[in-house]
Amino acid sequence: MTEIAAPLALPRRHQLHWPLLGLWNKAGALHKLYLVLLGLVLLAALFGPVLAPFDPDAQKLLARLKPPVGFEGALSQHLLGTDQLGRDLLSRMLHGLRLTLLIALAGGVISLVLGVAAGVVAGYARGPVGAGLMALVDLQLAVPFTLIALLAIALFGNSLPILILIVGLSGWEAYARVVRGQVLSVARMPFVEAAVAAGASHRRILFRHVLPNVASPVIVVWTMNFSSLILLESSLSFLGLGVQPPTATLGSMVGLGRDYLASSAWIALIPSLLILFVSLLVLLIGDWLRDALDVRLK
Amino acid sequence: MLEFLARRTLAAIATLAAVVAIVFFATRLSGNAMDYLLPPGIDVETRQAMIERFGLEQPIWMQFLRFVQGLLAGDWGFSLYERRPVVAIYAERLPNTIQLFCWAFALSVLAGVPLGIAAALDRKGALGSAIMLVAFLGYATPNFVLAILMILVFSFNLHWLPSSGLGTPMHLVMPAVVLAAPMLAETIRFTRNSLLDVLGQDYLRTARAKGLPERSVIGKHAMRNAAIPVVTIFGLQVAGMVARCVLVEAVFATKGIGDLVVFAAIGRDYPVLQFGVILIAALVVTSSLVVDLLYAAIDPRVKVTAS
Repeated sequence: MTEIAAPLALPRRHQLHWPLLGLWNKAGALHKLYLVLLGLVLLAALFGPVLAPFDPDAQKLLARLKPPVGFEGALSQHLLGTDQLGRDLLSRMLHGLRLTLLIALAGGVISLVLGVAAGVVAGYARGPVGAGLMALVDLQLAVPFTLIALLAIALFGNSLPILILIVGLSGWEAYARVVRGQVLSVARMPFVEAAVAAGASHRRILFRHVLPNVASPVIVVWTMNFSSLILLESSLSFLGLGVQPPTATLGSMVGLGRDYLASSAWIALIPSLLILFVSLLVLLIGDWLRDALDVRLK
Repeated sequence: MLEFLARRTLAAIATLAAVVAIVFFATRLSGNAMDYLLPPGIDVETRQAMIERFGLEQPIWMQFLRFVQGLLAGDWGFSLYERRPVVAIYAERLPNTIQLFCWAFALSVLAGVPLGIAAALDRKGALGSAIMLVAFLGYATPNFVLAILMILVFSFNLHWLPSSGLGTPMHLVMPAVVLAAPMLAETIRFTRNSLLDVLGQDYLRTARAKGLPERSVIGKHAMRNAAIPVVTIFGLQVAGMVARCVLVEAVFATKGIGDLVVFAAIGRDYPVLQFGVILIAALVVTSSLVVDLLYAAIDPRVKVTAS
C-alpha cells in the first residue's frame, strides 16, 4: 500500500507548490504552442537590445525605404527592410516590442494593485466607503477610457511615466469587481466564520483565506486585460499621442508608416502584423486560462 | 418600472456630472489656464486683469460652479484655432458621425444575425467553422490594424475604395466595416450560441414532430426565443461602438466628432477637447440608458431583478 501511496502523494504536493507547472501539464499541444510562442515574444522583448543588429534610431539616408529580404532591391543586412529615414525595421521592432510590453506590464501591475485593493476594501467595508468605490467602478465602466486618456495626455503631456499611469488606470475596475465578489462570497464560507470565531485578525483572514481564493480570477483578468493594455498603448502611439519620436513603439511605427502605405507598405505592415500576433496570442491564452482555472467572469 | 426608470436616469445624470467634474479639475490641475491662453512674456498687470476677468482668483469650487453655470447656459467656449463657437463645429460634424454609426450598426445586425444562424445550423461543417474563425479574428484584430490592412488591400492594391476622407458612399465602406467589426463578431457569436441553446429544447422537437417545415421551425420557433440575448448584445455594443468612433474616424479622417477630438488633443485645443469628451460621454451614457429602458420594456423579467 505504501508503495502506491508515495507516488500518488508526490505530484499533489508538486501541484500545490507549482500551480503554473500543473497548468502546463494540463495544456493541450496547441496551447503549449501558444505558451511557447508567447515565451519567445517575451524573450525577444527582454533581449531586444542585444538581438537588434542596429541602433534603432540610427538613420542611414543611402539605405532608405528598402524592402524586407526576399523582395526586389532588398539589402541583406536589413532583414525586415528600412523605413523612410533608413532605420533598420527589425531593430526598431525589437525595441518597440520591448517598450510596448514594458508599458503594458507596468500599467498592468498598477491596475492590479489598485483594483485588488479597491475590491478588498469594497468587499469588506460596507457602507459609504464600499458604495463610493463601487460608484467609481460604475463610472469607469460608463465612460470610454480612450476619452479620459486623450484628455490626460493633452493636459499632462505624454512622457513615459504619464503613459504608464494612464494605461494603469484603464483596467482596474475589472479586478475590483471580481475581487469584491470573491470577498463577499468567501466571507460567508464556514471556514472564514470559524476563523473569525477563533479570533483571527482581519489581516490573517485577508491573507490566509481571502486572497488565495482570489488568485485564479485575478490571473485570468490580468491576462484578458493585458491585450487591451497593449492595444490602448498602441492606439495612442498610432495617433501620435504616445511615446514621442524617434523612440519606437509598435503603435507609433504603424502610425508613421501609414504615410508610406502606397509605396512602401512593409513599414506599417510588419509592426501591424506583430501587434495582431501578440494580441491574438494573449487572447487565446486568456481564453484557455479561464477554462483551465474554471473561472467565471461576469 | 417607474422606480427603475427614475433610478437609471439619476445614475446616468450622476455619471455625466462626474465626467464634467473630471474634465474641469483635470484641466485646472494641469496648470494655470492663463499659461496657455496668453502669449508668453505678457506684462504682469494684463495677466492679473485677465485672471480676474475669468474669475481665476476665486476659490476652486466657485470656479467649478461658474463652469457648470456656463455649461448649462450653453456657453461652451470658442475653439482656440478656428475662432468659432465649439458648438457650431460639433453641430457641423455630428451628422457625419451619426451616418457612419448607422451604417456600422446596420451592417453588424443585418450581416451578424444571418451569419450567426448559418454558423449554428452548420455547427460542425466547414461553413460554420469558417464563420466562427472570421468572427474571432474580427473580435481580436485591433481597429487600427484592421484599418491599415484594409486600406492596403482595397485602396492601394485593388484600387476599389478611397483610403480616407468623405464625400461618396464608397468613402463610408471601410470606416463602417472597421467600426462594425467587433460588434459584428459579437453578434455572430451570440446569435449562434443562443440559437444552439434553443435548438436542444423540447418545443422544437414538438414543432418538428408535428411536421412543420424546417424553415418555420428555425425562423419562427427557434429565432423568437433566441432573440432576447441577441438584443442585449446590441445594447452592450452600442456604447462600445460610440467609443470606438474616436479611433476609427481619426484613421479615416471622416470629418466626424471622433477625428475632431483626436486632433484637438494633439493640437491642445482645450475648449474643443473638453466639449468633445463631455459630448461623447453623454452619447455613451444616453445610449446605454435608452437600451436599458427599452430592454426593461421588452422583457418583463428585467423589472423583477431591478427592484
